[in-house]
Amino acid sequence: MNQATAQGAPEYNEDVVKLFTLAATFWGVIGFLVGVIIAFQLAFPALNLGLEWTTFGRLRPVHTSAVIFAFGGNIMLGTSFYVVQRTCRQTLFGGKGLASTIFWGYQIFIVMAALGYVLGITQGKEYAEPEWYVDLWLTVVWVLYLVAFAGTLMTRRESHIYVANWFYLAFIITVAVLHIVNNMTIPVSFLGAKSYTVGAGVQDAMIQWWYGHNAVGFFLTAGFLGLMYYFIPKQANRPVYSYRLSIVHFWSLIFLYIWAGPHHLHYTSLPDWAQTLGATFSIMLWMPSWGGMINGFMTLSGAWDKLRTDPVLRFLIAAVAFYGMSTFEGPAMSIKAVNSLSHYTDWTVGHVHSGALGWVAFVSFGAIYYLIPKLWGRERLYSLRFVTYHFWIATLGIVLYITSMWISGIMQGLMWRAYDQFGFLQYSFIETVEAMHPYYVIRAFGGVLFLLGSLFMVWNIIKTIGGAQRDEEAYEDVHHAVAS
Amino acid sequence: MKHEIFETNVIVLALAIVVTISIGGLVQIVPLYTMEQTFEKVEGMRPYSPLEQAGRNIYIREGCYTCHSQQIRPFRDEVERYGHYSLAAESMYDHPFQWGSKRTGPDLARVGGKYSNAWHAEHMIDPRAVVPESVMPHYPFLAEKELNFDDASAHLKTLAMVGVPYSEEQIAKAVEDFTVQAQGEDGEGDVDAFLARYPKAAIGDFDGNPEKITELDALISYLQMLGTLVDFTKFKPELARR
Ligand code: HEC
Repeated sequence: MNQATAQGAPEYNEDVVKLFTLAATFWGVIGFLVGVIIAFQLAFPALNLGLEWTTFGRLRPVHTSAVIFAFGGNIMLGTSFYVVQRTCRQTLFGGKGLASTIFWGYQIFIVMAALGYVLGITQGKEYAEPEWYVDLWLTVVWVLYLVAFAGTLMTRRESHIYVANWFYLAFIITVAVLHIVNNMTIPVSFLGAKSYTVGAGVQDAMIQWWYGHNAVGFFLTAGFLGLMYYFIPKQANRPVYSYRLSIVHFWSLIFLYIWAGPHHLHYTSLPDWAQTLGATFSIMLWMPSWGGMINGFMTLSGAWDKLRTDPVLRFLIAAVAFYGMSTFEGPAMSIKAVNSLSHYTDWTVGHVHSGALGWVAFVSFGAIYYLIPKLWGRERLYSLRFVTYHFWIATLGIVLYITSMWISGIMQGLMWRAYDQFGFLQYSFIETVEAMHPYYVIRAFGGVLFLLGSLFMVWNIIKTIGGAQRDEEAYEDVHHAVAS
Repeated sequence: MKHEIFETNVIVLALAIVVTISIGGLVQIVPLYTMEQTFEKVEGMRPYSPLEQAGRNIYIREGCYTCHSQQIRPFRDEVERYGHYSLAAESMYDHPFQWGSKRTGPDLARVGGKYSNAWHAEHMIDPRAVVPESVMPHYPFLAEKELNFDDASAHLKTLAMVGVPYSEEQIAKAVEDFTVQAQGEDGEGDVDAFLARYPKAAIGDFDGNPEKITELDALISYLQMLGTLVDFTKFKPELARR
């Protein structure tokens, strides 16, 4: 890994990384909180309040956008700026002005989008709900982001572009392409918010899920793999396990991912050939996904004992484990026979959350815990014990979430297709809704735990920045204790 | 090492990424624009009436798609529960599509005509008054908000720009048609001319309050037409695309 050396280490722009890290934490908590609220709405519908701004349909996009674009997005922008400067031994291209424009421009995007949803301004396309004016704004901010990132790569003082940056660059470029194509709309008037998409029906569906699945593939996967390729080796103090594997899995991952979208449209009126292509590529995708997982895990080879003493590393490695799990489950669910049961049910929701909470959020927490003391020049975090509490509370939350959604999803899928002995459908729809209730309550409590865990992180961050160190028992380095 | 070129030149790396990620999307999306193989041949499809389109916009605004699908799959249980499986042609005027991805509530692709207007009105205002175990949000405000669709022509014109075959006449008479449909026989408007432009449209007061045209009127008019247009007595699956 390239290191800034004492001689000629340029002055990095760390202020903007600080801002992004704090923004990510802030939006993360908001996103988790709204998630908990809408989870409780599904269990107790009176919580919709009968007000137009607070119904499930309006708050659900607030939740998804807050966690994906506000929490995940700020992590991506922040860590990419941190990583690209260090691995290029170069200050961020474009200076402080460009960096803060990108930061504030991105926050304004988030606020405009969220306000719109609550007020009923939406395109009605999942994960692409913002209307045309917000889309245009984001496009400008994103191009500036590309300029700052690629500019830094171009002016680098290292001969080679480090692997983390390939992933970040693929993320930035592909998200731009997806965003522009999926949001092609014509506004009814330039003074109004409403627009109509250029695509209709089948075509719009195909474009939407080409976008939607690759928001997962490039925003939540490629980008975060970039993060993994810097922070795991750093925290573990080991080189990346296999350079060759990183090349192979990088190119195969970005090539295969883009084909997987139609698995969201199995058995719909999308032509069969497209569905078959989507399923085939989704299954092939398993291999490069696990290539990334193996590279993340094996970076620890010979240093596994660190997991006992380093709770930050534990977050990063558990994230890779969840990544491995959900990238195994995903291809399975894209098989048409499995999908016929899982589609439209909570199983999908559980699957998404094993990736979102287990992989994206955990690897982000690891990066945040790594960055906070570094950025603010503190010797260590306020409390490593708190990191451990966060880890276990959040893990328990995820387990409750995923298992309750497996049960409710599979159960609902089976109930929908159950026949009685006279050959009639056995259950009315509302009976299946009723059967979901206990699982919705369990899921909501899983969410509460995840939120609670994140509050431990917030407190830890505040105290660390304030310069405090909690008086607590340090983690023993068992390995060395025995050896000496 | 041949990979060197990508690791030392940002432009080469960026271009290689663009090429790599473009292939899948192009192969899957472009062929769908050859209409003959994407859409079945059906009779009865027509663009939405202005009132229905206004209702559809409310459906989108409220995020009904976060709980309801509009896409029936060709399985025995779905066909028995919801009706004939969905055809591509049935959503060809949908900008955007609303197939959905989650069924917290039932599929709505063919909910048109399943219940009375009064049922829908009561259900939207208070779902648990009709279905006690329902977890659907209550939408009392829809019945109160008067709906103004003065720019109906601009909406239809925009839809025409993206490919919906509205005639000049339909665009010109959009505001009038909006009122005629919501007032039905009780109003002054020319119902027959409206029905000639939008065959099979449900007319009259929808929300039980003939005093004013509300958002609920529009939404129910949309729900009542869902899945009712295609004439399945004339639909031959073997002549359709697959
Ligand atoms: C939180 C999820 C949720 C949201 C959001 C939601 N619904 Fe529902 N909907 C349900 C559930 C659950 C049922 C089944 C129980 C019932 O009939 O109320 C249902 C039933 C229905 C039915 C009756 C369907 C049938 O065949 O019996 C209609 C019509 C309907 N919803 C329309 C809407 C509209 C229009 C919106 C948006 C304004 C909407 N729903 C938003 C959950 C939801």
